[in-house]
Amino acid sequence: MHAANRTLFGLGFAIACLAGPAAADVKIAFIDPLSGGGASTGILAQKTHQFYIDAINAAGGLNGEKLVLMSYDNKVNPQESLIQLKRAIDEGARYVVQGNGSAVALAIADAVQKHNERNPGKEVVYLNYAAVDPALTNEKCTFWHFRFDADADMKMAAMTDVIAKDRKVQKVYLINQDYSFGKAVAAAAAKMLAEKRPDIKIVGDELHPLQKVNDFSPYVAKIKAAGADTVITGNWSNDMVLLIKAGKDAGLKVDWETYYGGSPGAVTAIGEAGVDTLKQVSEWHRNATPELDASVATFAKKYPGKENEYAYWRAKTMWEMFAAASKKAGSNDPVKVARAMEGMKLPTSLGEVEMRADNHQILQPLYVSTLAKGVKYDSEDSGLGWKTDAKVEAKSTALPTTCKMERPK
Amino acid sequence: MSGTRAAAVGGVVALAVLPLVPGLDSDFGRSLLTQMAIAAVFALSFNLLFGQTGLLSFGHAVYFGLGGYAAIHLMRAINAGLPLPIALVPVAGALGGLGAGAVFGVLTTRRAGTIFALISLSVGELVYAATFMLPGLFGGEEGITASRTRATVDFGVALDSQLHVYYVVVAWALFATLAMYGFTRTPAGRLCNAVRENPERAEFIGYSTRRVRFIAFAAAGLFAGLAGGLSAINYEIVAADAVSAQRSGTVLIMAYIGGAAYFLGPVLGAIVITWLQSGLSGYTSAWLLYLGIFFIVTILYAPAGLAGLVDRHRAIVRTRAFGGVLAAYALAAVPLAVVAWGVVLAVEMAYRVATQPELGTRMRVLWTAVDAASPWPWVFAVAAAAGGFAAFRATWPVVAAAWDRARGSARAVAR
Amino acid sequence: MELVTVSLLNGVVYGLLLFMLSSGLTLIFSMMGVLNFAHASVFMLGAYLSFQLGRWIGFWPALVAAPLACAALGAALERYALRRVHPSGHVAEILFTFGLAYVIEEGVTMIWGRNAVANNVPAAIDFPLFSVFGTSFPAYKGLMMAISLAMFAFLYVALKRTRIGLVIQAALTHPRMVSALGHDVPGVFVLVFAVGSGLAGLAGVIGGFMLLTQPTLAASIGPIVFVVVIVGGLGSLPGALIASMLIGVLQTFAVAVDYSLADALRASGIAVTRASPLYDVLAIKLATAAPIVPYLLLFLMLIVRPRGLLGTRDA
Repeated sequence: MHAANRTLFGLGFAIACLAGPAAADVKIAFIDPLSGGGASTGILAQKTHQFYIDAINAAGGLNGEKLVLMSYDNKVNPQESLIQLKRAIDEGARYVVQGNGSAVALAIADAVQKHNERNPGKEVVYLNYAAVDPALTNEKCTFWHFRFDADADMKMAAMTDVIAKDRKVQKVYLINQDYSFGKAVAAAAAKMLAEKRPDIKIVGDELHPLQKVNDFSPYVAKIKAAGADTVITGNWSNDMVLLIKAGKDAGLKVDWETYYGGSPGAVTAIGEAGVDTLKQVSEWHRNATPELDASVATFAKKYPGKENEYAYWRAKTMWEMFAAASKKAGSNDPVKVARAMEGMKLPTSLGEVEMRADNHQILQPLYVSTLAKGVKYDSEDSGLGWKTDAKVEAKSTALPTTCKMERPK
Repeated sequence: MSGTRAAAVGGVVALAVLPLVPGLDSDFGRSLLTQMAIAAVFALSFNLLFGQTGLLSFGHAVYFGLGGYAAIHLMRAINAGLPLPIALVPVAGALGGLGAGAVFGVLTTRRAGTIFALISLSVGELVYAATFMLPGLFGGEEGITASRTRATVDFGVALDSQLHVYYVVVAWALFATLAMYGFTRTPAGRLCNAVRENPERAEFIGYSTRRVRFIAFAAAGLFAGLAGGLSAINYEIVAADAVSAQRSGTVLIMAYIGGAAYFLGPVLGAIVITWLQSGLSGYTSAWLLYLGIFFIVTILYAPAGLAGLVDRHRAIVRTRAFGGVLAAYALAAVPLAVVAWGVVLAVEMAYRVATQPELGTRMRVLWTAVDAASPWPWVFAVAAAAGGFAAFRATWPVVAAAWDRARGSARAVAR
Repeated sequence: MELVTVSLLNGVVYGLLLFMLSSGLTLIFSMMGVLNFAHASVFMLGAYLSFQLGRWIGFWPALVAAPLACAALGAALERYALRRVHPSGHVAEILFTFGLAYVIEEGVTMIWGRNAVANNVPAAIDFPLFSVFGTSFPAYKGLMMAISLAMFAFLYVALKRTRIGLVIQAALTHPRMVSALGHDVPGVFVLVFAVGSGLAGLAGVIGGFMLLTQPTLAASIGPIVFVVVIVGGLGSLPGALIASMLIGVLQTFAVAVDYSLADALRASGIAVTRASPLYDVLAIKLATAAPIVPYLLLFLMLIVRPRGLLGTRDA
């Protein structure tokens, strides 16, 4: 009976989306890749956001209105994203959710700023759940942007704290994607390692084209030739999986310090060779708490299968904070919600999180974890799962900011 | 002659009124119209090479993109205080496209045919890769942004709303179209046609085919750059996808489907393809498949494009028997609709099951509610497609007979 | 020394993968003059089919069945669709295959979804074959090399030593005469297209788990294949082999070189700083420029020697 209800609900949703939602709904545009190289992460994110929005609606919605998620495929392309943004705004969206690709994020933040300047009364707020280029909360910050993921520098700070304590690390190789985010990771790694462990030698600083390399064997050969014992990389999606695959095929014995080692497919690609060597820094992993969170378990029931393994805890935090802000503001109007959200502190099951008022960056606990055997919850049905090495509390993740944002009157 | 002039005037008036028509008067509707205008200029520039001079290029987006980058840099300079109106920015686009066209044209117009096509492909890939390697000039992955409203002079032309952007873009598009049409009427333009038809003979008459091709190349680059400049104004961003192979492929499809043998054919193609890309993608995730099928069907059965189809009817439109042809079309349309319904049903169900299984298997396709998990909709879809196609084939003789009568009637009138 | 050896090995492997992929295209392009944009799409189809058939009937039977299915598809395409387009000229043929590439990519999405499918290396060939300087060389790469070289041997013998090969070579330059002599030239074309597509499918079986099997596979590897065919020269199979090895090795070695033009200039005494003109261009490391090496090679080849390395005729 429940399944039928759910499909009817879904069907009704789909029809409602096609026909155009009722005027009293809060329309939220999800603009991310739903096809092409970034599709696996984009589609999973879409399901996660929809899941939490459904939960909010099931609990009665916000301020008497239901939330509606409208999805747009941007193929990780900045210009296509702007086309879809225009379309979304035209179809009534007042909130935009995006995360895959900092290049797109920068374009959207810029476009939202321009739109809001030119259309007072029709403002749009941009909720960024995964684009971690530090510029968005520093020199390119804007009041209309809120970031719900720790930025590249914050994650590197957590990662290098753990590396600093490990005396075995002597030679580090940096390999990243050649664009703003990848360069930010490389720069942060070089700077923070120099501060915390000046004895560590950086034996390579590689930038490769984004989503274009099919075979990473030449890069793996270089890493080996340089004699590195640790590799730091911000690669995501295909680039992460293919790099790991090439490393495993060549029998490369290094510690992998990654941002997105939990990318769908990465754990499967590395398998046993990743035990005690594959590490990631993230806001959550399946063994962060002794028991799996209830919403994660429900998500797994609704979307079974390896490719649907829950990965976006920050989406949960984002929607909880959004709901709290809209409640505090007593309205779903973007300007009021934005004002309520900045500076907000919210208790969550992992600890208290805070949305900084000065640069709209969220402060949440970060975990540095390693792939291990014999943990309670495994990943991708592999028998291997993540084990926490260190937890950094939310407040300690804060970094200084150069943001000087203009606030609406 | 006055008939064509009246049509032209009517066209301009229609363009002026279009964004005010209900249904198109939303921001998105006007944005779509603006996109179509930009695509039309781009497709016309491509056809200067393809339809007029017989040069198939797989890398025409290079000139669009480089013109766009030139334009957006000028816009940034204007934002920083340079006293020029934003509405003149497309000139920078045109100059950028012309420069790039001249530079690459020297190297690539030595050959024609397949070699030229492959050279254009390789130039396209090179430039695309180069945009990532020179972030200072091209902004890397995130591209270069500017504002179209921050300027110190504007001569009263403010570009804050999409409506104003539309009028500025359409004005430029009309100017570009007239200029390109003018080019085809000049001796240089005629020579391009000659080189397309019979390069050997053109050489024998004393013209250098190489020089003619170079002129066509530079001109095509100029107008493509102009389109790039218009795009820079409309989107306020130019990124690497502006020079991508995908964009080169799209303009080729536009020109071909519209009808490369007719001057305004590419415009028609640009309108149809832009609508398919931006409009259809809102209704179905299978739009790219429909586009591909549409393209293949056009190549197989209508190689002269949509404009060619229209042109074929020109001879018989005024005859009395034309009504018979229309009636035959109506008859053939019924089984064709059944085929289309069957194909769309099967495709949509397959896409739902493969790409969005969590939405469930119950769905609505073309006003029919079906459950993709049960075999019956699939059976119906296949039966409709197959049976409909058989019935469709049965109507072909009827249509052919109607055409024969119409053509006979047209010949009688001509006598 | 270690880096050079390992890079050479990697380059050869990559080059042979490119050859596997382009051998079919060489055949089709050289014999029929059709620039088949859908070739990489058939490669992708081979990868998907081997994944699906592998699940049903096992890897080794799929290794045979998938290429056969692709060959059948190629034959059908030539017989029922492309044949109609031949009279309209090469441009129409190119455009047809161009549209076909779109349709195949979407068709694959329609059946298998947008995500990469779990096309993992079958356990039978997923073990290290040998080790070079500590870098292990997996067995499936060895299988790929063997199949690639076998393809070359098969095609070479078939074209140069068999009767049908002679007919095909003759039909390349004198189709009307060959037809007048009583050979079924259209039938020959169907055969060529079928064999070419079958080879692409076979390449897809192996390539599918070396690369990621997803709808964008064709678009990611397609352009390089054209480079190989043109650089190698039209009508030349040894040329295609040499070209693919050249590109494979060059690109792999390029990644290993961290020097830029600026470094070279500094080494010869010229000072280059951030403020120097064209610094952005000069500072590009060869490693970062590696992906454009094939296109640079293609561009230069087309300008200098459009016939290609060992080509027997112009396009």
